[in-house]
Parts: sequence; C-alpha cells; structure tokens
Amino acid sequence: MTPLLQNHRSPVQRAPMVSFTFEGEALSAHAGETVLSALIRAVHLYLRDAPEDGAARGAFCCMGLCQECLVLVEGRRVESCRQVVHDGLAVEALKRVPHD
Amino acid sequence: MIDPCDIVILGAGPAGANASLSAARAGARVTLLDEQTQPGGQIWRAKSAAIIKAQPTPESDAGNTLRDCLANSAVTFVGDVRVWQIERTGDIWQVYTVADGQPGKIEAKALILATGAREYVQPIPGWTTPGVIGLAGATALLKHDMTPPGVATVVAGTGPLVFFTASEIRRLGGHVAAIVTPNTRRDWLSVMPAMLSRPDLVRRGLAWIANLTLARVPVLWGHAITRVEGARAVNGVVATKLDASGAPKGKKREIAADSVCLGNGLIPAVEAAQLAGADLRYHPELGGWVPGAMTDGSTKIKGLYICGDGAGIRGAAAAEIQGKLAGMVAANQLGFDLAPDFEALKSAHARAARFGLAMTALSLQKPGDQALTTPETILCRCESLSLARITAEIAKGAESINAIKSGTRAGMGACGGKFCHTAVARMMAASQGVDPADIPPPTARPPLRPVPASVFAEGFDYDDLPISKPAPL
Repeated sequence: MTPLLQNHRSPVQRAPMVSFTFEGEALSAHAGETVLSALIRAVHLYLRDAPEDGAARGAFCCMGLCQECLVLVEGRRVESCRQVVHDGLAVEALKRVPHD
Repeated sequence: MIDPCDIVILGAGPAGANASLSAARAGARVTLLDEQTQPGGQIWRAKSAAIIKAQPTPESDAGNTLRDCLANSAVTFVGDVRVWQIERTGDIWQVYTVADGQPGKIEAKALILATGAREYVQPIPGWTTPGVIGLAGATALLKHDMTPPGVATVVAGTGPLVFFTASEIRRLGGHVAAIVTPNTRRDWLSVMPAMLSRPDLVRRGLAWIANLTLARVPVLWGHAITRVEGARAVNGVVATKLDASGAPKGKKREIAADSVCLGNGLIPAVEAAQLAGADLRYHPELGGWVPGAMTDGSTKIKGLYICGDGAGIRGAAAAEIQGKLAGMVAANQLGFDLAPDFEALKSAHARAARFGLAMTALSLQKPGDQALTTPETILCRCESLSLARITAEIAKGAESINAIKSGTRAGMGACGGKFCHTAVARMMAASQGVDPADIPPPTARPPLRPVPASVFAEGFDYDDLPISKPAPL
C-alpha cells in the first residue's frame, strides 16, 4: 500500500557523531543537536528529581519555559532542550536537594 | 549612553519577524529579539545544526523564506537572548536581557510584543512522569531536532496538533501507539465551514488522517488520558471515554507506551504585556486572557504594540498580517511614512484569522475537564503541589491566584507559574461556580525568564565590599 505521506526517514542527513557524557556514561550525539534530543535517543528520559518531593522528572515543554529538563553543565543549571551538544560535553543530572 | 533604537521587538515568530520587516522597510531602526538562536518562532522553528539535509515541509519552507528576508533586511536580529524585565522612563522603553549569563539592556522609542503562545495542559495523574511531554513541545522537538519523543508514543490532546504530531513521529520512523483526542468527529464537523477558508490546510489534515488510518493507528475520538502508568518511566496510559460535558465517564482502555504527548490548546503568553502595563481581558475564544490590542497591534499605551498569538490565538496567517500592521503603525508613529497597503492588510486580517480561531475553538474548555484532575494530581509541577493542597487553600479563603500563590507557593517555582496558574484559575472557577473572567492571572513580576543571580549583582566584586574596622574589645 502506498503511503500518502512518504517515510522521510532516510533522506534526513545528520551531522557526524560526537561524544558526551551523562552522569558519567559515555553517549554519542550528532554535533549541534540539543542535549535533550541526544538523551531521548539514548532512552534517558528521567533527568532530575523534583526539589520538593524527589519525584522523577524529565523534559516537558521542550521550549525553555518549564525548567523540568534542567541539567548541570560546568556547574551551571541549563535547560537540556536549549543546550547544544559538543564533543566532550559533561552533563550531570540534578540530584535532590531536600528541604529541612 | 547608547543611542536608543527606534523599535525593539520581542519574539521572532510570524508576528514579530514580519513586524520587524515592515518597520525596517519604512525606515525605522529595528532590533528583533528571540530566545531561540534563529527566527521562526515555534511554528516555523529552524532545524538544529545537526540536521544537514531533510525533506522540506510547508513549515520549514515558510521559516526559511522568513529567515532569508530578515538576513537581507536592515533588521538587527539578536538570537539566544532572553528578556526578563521591561521598564519605561519617559518615552523610552528599557528592555533588560540576559544572554549567555551576561546582563544587557536595550532602549527603544517603541516596543512591539510578539511573545506568542504557550501550551495549556490539563493536569492528570502521572503527567509529571518522565516521558510525558507537551504536545506543542513535541512539535518543537520534531521540527528542531527531528527526534521522536520515544519508541512508542501515545499522542493525546485537542485540535489539529495531535494529527500533525502523530504524522511527524511516524515520518521519522517512530511508532504511534494511539491518538487520544477529547474532540469528537462532530466537533470537527462544526468547525468545517471556517476551515474551508484554507483548503490547503484541510487537504493536509485529511492526508494525515487518511495515512494514520491506513497505518491502523488507533484514533480514540471523544477520549482523554485519565492516568499515566509508571513512576520513573512511562509504562502506558489509561484512556477513558468522555461524556458530553468532557468528564471521563465511559469505557476505559489501557494502551502500552513509553512516551506521551499531552496538550489542551494554546494560551497567549501575556506576562511581558502585563509588565509593560497592558490591561487584560478574558476572551475564551482567543485562548483566555488577552491584552487589549487593536487589529494593527496598537494599545492604549503610547509606544506599545502587541501582535500575533500573544494578542489572542488566531494562528500564523493572522499573526503575519497583524505583525506587518504593528510594524507599519509603530514606524508611522515615529514619523515614518505609512505603507500604501496598510488599509488592505487591515481588512485581510479577519479572514486570515478564521482558520486559526476555528482551531482555538476545538480547545475551548468544557465543564467536565476538571474531573480529569484528581485530588492527588500534581498541579504545580515546580513545587510538587497537589490539587488537594490548592483546594485546602481555597477552603481557607483564598479567592485569587495571588492569594493561592502567596499561601502555597504555587507559581513561585522555576517556571514562574507558566504551567499551573491557568490550571489553578480554571479549577477555582469550576469549583467555586465563579465566572473565569473574575479570576485574572496573578500580578506579573520580573524575571520573565529564569535569570542567574549574577545578573542582579551586575558589576559586584567581593573585594569591593566595604569592611568596617572591628569594634574594640
């Protein structure tokens, strides 16, 4: 059966792979893609713990508003949906900081 | 002191980018700001640098045309910059920015806000589980990175985005486990007359649905997801048939999936307009609270113009026109000639808005929507506050979003209330039997976007701290 919409998977030509780490695990990404995109492909959807109740969270709005996909890069909190991967990038997940 | 530019524009989507082009054409010096690296907004979002070649789509073509026009214009585009505060001194607007952690300030004689929309998501049990993303968020991911949100995805929500998103996921090789939409076929029939104003879009929509049907993707009309299963990862969802009020009443179905896209329509992003002093009015048919703005974007405030979805969800075609008009009238107010096609464009706006308004109508809230949010459901994601916690605050006498905010911290977290205030307001209106028009959004406060503390401590150096001599013992 001929699909009305072509499967365009093959024509997508992506940039060469680079290496980065998430929580110390070596992963690969296409140079220039967002950290979020690379993590989704690596099936890392669980990115952080909610600060109040410690519940697992991952990316939500994917456009820099909700702050759910925050990760640590060089000690700074950045949105993984806006942070671009480059070779050697080290990404850490935000651990829960419990309140007293 | 830097000489102020004539016009500063916030947001480089269809409205803001076209405003910048028409104002620059009139002769004004224009600075166009966006938090994305490239113009296009969310609808015409540019691809990431990782995509070297891909099949063009109507959205990518429109975006590329716009980006070419801007590159060949006198407009100064500044990408990757976030505006966190707006002030005004005399006739000059001050726009405070942060880019790469560094503070900045831009001054202008006129301010055009083209801040677009954000997504409304009705909170449901499990919507905070990793793997659940916004429906509009999914389109951003698909357009920018061309990455499907998971291996097997349930695409759920109102309006046309479910069919677009499901089609795009499949086009990229992903699997769509099901489409779950609260809309019924009858809802779609009722907006068909307005949709016929854009036969090209109707054709595209029908192709999506035909293709999804041929691929045997289950489409659950008149259903909503009532639960996302799984704690640290999505295992699946429960979809429930809705009654006429939109409340889940009928047969339940379990669907296995590792990812979910969830969205209930767009709402205008009005915080910048609030900070600039615009008044808000409640217009559900425009997506909820909208700032008062004319067809040409002008407002009651001198030098302030608001255009595009940020002035009411009318869609990209209307946003382009309103943007052009706002750019023309802003430049004209500064003494530049009004373009000859101003009146013609003005009369074209209403027709261009027909299709977009019909799509907004598919996401109008229904009385039963609130039944989707159970007492244990997290309402404020940032502060992990449940509906029960918010309900308790209302029982204590909280009558406004401001009161809920100060009593519970709902909306004081990292997102600044962008994903809970509307849900709280709708729940308050429904449970108290109050007209939603009587529950306005909370007072807008800077920062509009998260800002590193160093930005506020601009120029501060620890060594400069005056240390007084120790008191004699």
